[in-house]
Amino acid sequence: MSKQRKAVALISGGLDSMLAAKTVMEQGVHVEGINFFTGFCVEGHTHAIRDKAKAKPKRNNSLWVAEQLGIKLHIVDVIEEYKNVLINPKHGYGAYMNPCLDCKIFMVNKARQWIVENDFDFIITGEVIGQRPMSQRKATMPIVAKESGADDLLLRPLCAKNLPPTLPEREGWVDREKLHDITGRSRKPQMAMAEQFGFDDYAQPAGGCCFLTDKNYSAKLVDLWQAQGNKDYELDDVMLLKVGRHIRPQPNFKLIVAREEGEGRFLQGYKNEFISMNCLSHSGPLVLLDGSPSAEDLYLAARITARFGQGRDAEQVDMNVMNKDGSERTLQVKPLKKEEIPEEWYV
Amino acid sequence: MIVMNKETLNARRLLCPLPVIRTQDKVKQLKVGDQLEVICTDPGVMQDIPAWCRINGHKVLEKKSCDHDYIIVLEVGA
Repeated sequence: MSKQRKAVALISGGLDSMLAAKTVMEQGVHVEGINFFTGFCVEGHTHAIRDKAKAKPKRNNSLWVAEQLGIKLHIVDVIEEYKNVLINPKHGYGAYMNPCLDCKIFMVNKARQWIVENDFDFIITGEVIGQRPMSQRKATMPIVAKESGADDLLLRPLCAKNLPPTLPEREGWVDREKLHDITGRSRKPQMAMAEQFGFDDYAQPAGGCCFLTDKNYSAKLVDLWQAQGNKDYELDDVMLLKVGRHIRPQPNFKLIVAREEGEGRFLQGYKNEFISMNCLSHSGPLVLLDGSPSAEDLYLAARITARFGQGRDAEQVDMNVMNKDGSERTLQVKPLKKEEIPEEWYV
Repeated sequence: MIVMNKETLNARRLLCPLPVIRTQDKVKQLKVGDQLEVICTDPGVMQDIPAWCRINGHKVLEKKSCDHDYIIVLEVGA
């Protein structure tokens, strides 16, 4: 009796990886899923933070896909290791701060380490030649295989027939004839395949769940790096870039202004790490100050903060300023007018 | 009589999938039949942790919300 072969599938939560895993499962291979959390896969974070987003239940698509496929899913925290990918991408960035090719190489490399540690035989991805402009092109397919170290242990079932046979195909662990030859950006072949497998619900393709492909998010990340003078970051930085209005009146500090109650609650959790402000005389948002504001800067920040509260048209409002150690004081300030906050202060 | 271990995991302030990852890591240290209470503030855990339990063979014993906390008690499966 031949040995049952085992493969790990990179499960993003999208349709392609779901179909790729299913294609191989249909051939009798034992498949388990793996999903990497970089800190930027923040698809559900807006939902988790903002009150108005809570009306619509949100699922984790990678868990949902694994459940549909009936496979185990291993979610791996790669936040620390991923920093080097984002800060020093060998192949550069895409349209924004997305290092897609380096990211794919990194994840396949992590999967390669995982199969060695867990005695699995090969790796599956949902890559399709021509699907993505940076990381899924004919020219990049061998780069991913080579630089990840996976080489011919990396099987792309959706486009395998357009690529040289891999070890699982050559050894007969999978039948190459039952793999596919999809190319290009059209989703029709995948949708047809989904129907054939009976998948009538799946995440719509939208550039993945990575916030590094988002223009506004990327601008905030670049601003953070410029302000601190280096490209390092912590997970909290990554999270806070997703929350509130970010206003930088001076290079040495910025304000993070809660836009609604849910964001205010989220920012509350950071009050012992940042100077914070809120209006005492009128209702208004909680604001965190990131950086090293001077006494004069605090006064300006208080005037900006007042602009976003109910006292915006008052002659004077009372602003509470709380230091990281919990000590407080009150500033009386005149709220800035809308036209006194230049557009370029908004990050 | 077999005495099962019951542990608590504080996953407050973490956003999904980190509560799931922390749960996954904690469960690896427990034995079959042990119970784990996970306390979170991300409401997404009410779907994600049960989904993770279903695909990995663990049993959700209780799900509840209290103020701004979301609490799930699970029993470790084989």
